[in-house]
Amino acid sequence: MTLILTLASRNLFHDRVRLIATAVGIVFSIVLVTVQLGVFLSFERMVTTMIDHAHADFWIVPSETKSFEDSSLLSGRERLQALSVNGVKAAVPAVVGYASWRKPNGGASTPVLVVGTPENSAGLQPWNLVEGSLRDLSLPEGVVIDRSYFEQLGITQVGEHAEIDNQKARVVAVTGGIRSFTTMPNVFTSLERARAYLGVPANEANYFIVRLAPNADAAEVRGELVARLSDAEVLTSEEFRHRTRQFWLFDTGAGAALLGSAILGVIVGTIIVAQTLYSSTKDHLKEFATLRAIGSSRIYILKVILSQALLSAVIGFSIAACIDLTLVKVTADAALPIVMTPGLTLGLFALTLVMCAIAAISAIRVVTRIDPVAVFAQ
Amino acid sequence: MTTTVIEATDIVKVLGEGAARVEALKGINLSLAGGELTLLMGPSGSGKTTLLSVLGCMLSPTSGTVEIRGRSTTGLNAEELAALRRDNVGFVFQSYHLFPTLTAAENVRLALDVRGERSPLARIKADKALTTVGLSHKASAFPRELSGGEQQRVAIARAIVGDASVILADEPTAALDSENGHAVMMMLADIAKDPARALFIVTHDPRIMPFADRILRIEDGRIVSDQRGGGRASAPRALKYAS
Repeated sequence: MTLILTLASRNLFHDRVRLIATAVGIVFSIVLVTVQLGVFLSFERMVTTMIDHAHADFWIVPSETKSFEDSSLLSGRERLQALSVNGVKAAVPAVVGYASWRKPNGGASTPVLVVGTPENSAGLQPWNLVEGSLRDLSLPEGVVIDRSYFEQLGITQVGEHAEIDNQKARVVAVTGGIRSFTTMPNVFTSLERARAYLGVPANEANYFIVRLAPNADAAEVRGELVARLSDAEVLTSEEFRHRTRQFWLFDTGAGAALLGSAILGVIVGTIIVAQTLYSSTKDHLKEFATLRAIGSSRIYILKVILSQALLSAVIGFSIAACIDLTLVKVTADAALPIVMTPGLTLGLFALTLVMCAIAAISAIRVVTRIDPVAVFAQ
Repeated sequence: MTTTVIEATDIVKVLGEGAARVEALKGINLSLAGGELTLLMGPSGSGKTTLLSVLGCMLSPTSGTVEIRGRSTTGLNAEELAALRRDNVGFVFQSYHLFPTLTAAENVRLALDVRGERSPLARIKADKALTTVGLSHKASAFPRELSGGEQQRVAIARAIVGDASVILADEPTAALDSENGHAVMMMLADIAKDPARALFIVTHDPRIMPFADRILRIEDGRIVSDQRGGGRASAPRALKYAS
């Protein structure tokens, strides 16, 4: 086995203080990047969670709709036009809007996002029910909320009453794990009740969720829908997801801020590693000059420095990964949990390696200028 | 029969520029033969180290030619000179220049590792070289655990492990006490018996003159005397490290 790794690792572990500084730099950088990218991923997933769980082949949405939460109203005529297209099995109306939730015991009201679709047809109904059933939405004043929002909404159990925009609401069922990416809880209810809470006129809706008949030609149906619906847009779920992500992640600047912080983390980490690697190389210049004197090639010396950088990367990443996994566990039930995927983990490892390799450049510049004659001067 | 290992012809080396320009070597002609221990002596600033650097392919001469085993160094770039060094030249330095984080055996093996020799045979060669310098029992010791004399012996093992054609030593005894200096010189003198290898030592230390086959004196960039048949030739069985 070559002595390159031996030399690199011994140089690295020889100066523990510097090793700790290097590791801290990498850990700080990678944890910061992980948190930012993890939140970004989480945000990206959560902003489309309603679209992901809707039973939709197409969405009929008002023109210029920017996101799921932010749309104007369709008149209702669109539903009839859609149903007249061959291949359309259903066009389920969905009403979405912000309202004010007043807790059962009074106090300050809380803004909520009301989501209403017909309780008897697959559209945008609540999922992950942990108590009660979808049929319970037919009960008078019935609404469904997530267990994680009990405290925020002042609810302790199913059956309790509250008010939504001064109209009665009763919790009839509970979901588990349907978190909103904002501070506003989601409240599912029937279509008619949602219209009442939000003041939406009969027949009008924010969306019509189109489901196709078996064997229908999706492209053909879409073309026909687009031709007939001049004042609305027809989107696939993927297109609607993309539009919603674009709005929340980039038009609002939230995603850019997260990515910006991640980039900052990489820069800070690179600088810290570069600094420590540079000073380590300066300290070992005599040895590198000796290596050069006994005939080593520049490539050999570069391999030593790069190995040192990459070993630092592995050590730093391993520690950072442990911290990251802890953070993932700790934030699992938070409004915006940190998400770690295998892809992100691999990407972060690659990023750490690249970061440390780039950090080695300044050290490499030093050793490429070494004059072997320097060994005689010492 | 001896063979010429290094041939230097009309070597001129100019260092610095403008007002700082110094002609460190002024037309040196020198050949080193295998099986010979040659000393280069002279006052400080006379050009000893510059000549050592030129012969060791670390510095290219301003004019003149150097041939190592018949291969000219003229026109070679830094990497090609490094390759020539690792295949033909072993160095012994005044301050040893061992790697503090490597064991004695690893320090020796490093000279083979830079040549791409990484097989188990490399370990055997390193062990053999350490045995030659009497340090096989210290193979696992780090330099800080060795005395100055032992460290210099490890450096000698590193210089000889690759079967270099020429060993260039820069003040090898300067940092050692009398006893260790003597031991190191005995070792180098023994190594110089190999007819395929030349030994060239730059020194200020007159105590090592009895070990030499040939003594060169350099002054102001010129070799002013070339004395053959020195101490070792005249008294090969009675080497003394005069104190």
